[in-house]
Amino acid sequence: MIGQSTGPFFRWDWVFSHLDLVWEKVVEHLVLTGVALGVGMALSLVLSVLALRWRRTYTPITWVTGALYSIPSLALFAFLVPITGFTLLTAEIGLVSYTLLILIRNIVAGIDGIDPAVRESAIGMGYGRRRLFLEIELPLALPVIIAGLRIAAVTTIGLVTVTALIGQGGVGFFILRGLSRFFSTEIVLGTALSVILAVSVDLALVLVERALSPWARRRASA
Amino acid sequence: MIDFLGEVVRWLVETWDGLVLTQPGGAVIDQGFRSGYVWRIWEHVQVSGAALLAATLIALPLGAYFGHTGKGGFAVVSVVNIGRALPSFGIVALALPITIGLADALPFISSGLGFLPTFVALFALALPPIFTNTYAGVQGVNPETVEAARGMGVTEGRILREVELPIASPVILAGIRVSAVQVVATAPLGALVAYGGLGRYIIDGFAIRDDVQIFAGALLVAGLSVITELLFSWVERRVVPHGIRPATSREVRRAAA
Repeated sequence: MIGQSTGPFFRWDWVFSHLDLVWEKVVEHLVLTGVALGVGMALSLVLSVLALRWRRTYTPITWVTGALYSIPSLALFAFLVPITGFTLLTAEIGLVSYTLLILIRNIVAGIDGIDPAVRESAIGMGYGRRRLFLEIELPLALPVIIAGLRIAAVTTIGLVTVTALIGQGGVGFFILRGLSRFFSTEIVLGTALSVILAVSVDLALVLVERALSPWARRRASA
Repeated sequence: MIDFLGEVVRWLVETWDGLVLTQPGGAVIDQGFRSGYVWRIWEHVQVSGAALLAATLIALPLGAYFGHTGKGGFAVVSVVNIGRALPSFGIVALALPITIGLADALPFISSGLGFLPTFVALFALALPPIFTNTYAGVQGVNPETVEAARGMGVTEGRILREVELPIASPVILAGIRVSAVQVVATAPLGALVAYGGLGRYIIDGFAIRDDVQIFAGALLVAGLSVITELLFSWVERRVVPHGIRPATSREVRRAAA
């Protein structure tokens, strides 16, 4: 057991001979993350609209999502296992729970930060509540919302590795298997892939933000 | 559901001083005091406390130095970003080959398993919040205040100790609290590298599919992290110098009267 550890710390040849598996787990990781962020964003939008329309609900909403956010990740998955078992559903419920606080805070802060004069003029031009939200408030709040999405994405990508313990895990699969076999190459590979994914998705979201808010770019270049 | 919760409560009542397993054949094995959760909590607190203390001793002076001199702003941003992108599970796992290598190389380390890799991983995780908060807190002190002290002939060392650190103390303590909670929340993963602590119940429960033990372990871990958060918030309120504490509602009322 100990003797194995004196082998090379990282074996590139192992990685190259397992590229299919690596690719499979990277895709699984991105799917787990994407679903969690998609569901998290949808729920957060609904809850944020609720909080913006009825201010009183904002405190209880942040209280509940804050409590979810503060549960240690392993404990949260452990709470769910007796109910939903070692399934994808358990992983996704846990992952979604952690995105809510960050996303809701940023959506509400982003919309709150809009210049009231802009809102007034839109209402003056005959915008209804629905069009005001979809066509004025959301686009203007986009930079703040995407800032929240970036934090949620990076956090989620790290947390996905933990779901290896309940039979999911994306690249966390390598970390867990590396641990059980005392094979450092897999541990390093899993950790490095998770960091690379987090950094890449973060950068991709910056590009998305720039593509979706061309007015800000024009102002910056002017 | 009620039955399940009842069993969890029974587990919590019976297991404080030792885990008793009933084998499929009917044989009963008492695993002894060190498998009970009183001992597991002690193990959990031990490794968390040691890691937090070590991280504070390293990160606080470094953050204070860089914050005082104003150097290294770019490094701080990098530390924040990397700290967030590093998966805690990966860090705990990565610590294992490192500490096993250390134990092979250094004769005075008896084992590279258990406490050591858990400690190393938690130490690494605790560094970024303390470092960045200390940096931001010290750097954010009003420059006029620092200039005033300098004009009065106060030495740089005393400016840092007697002006900047006390003013920055709420931010620094918040960083230590964030680290503490994160350490207590991540310590359960130490069970994967053969350490004890409360994670044992969850990880072992996963392995033998014992829902009651998994759920009870999760309750204990969540409870300990809530207690950590409350304890450090309380310390924060007590330690911050009176002059820069936010006014309590009673003080505001008194001032208004």
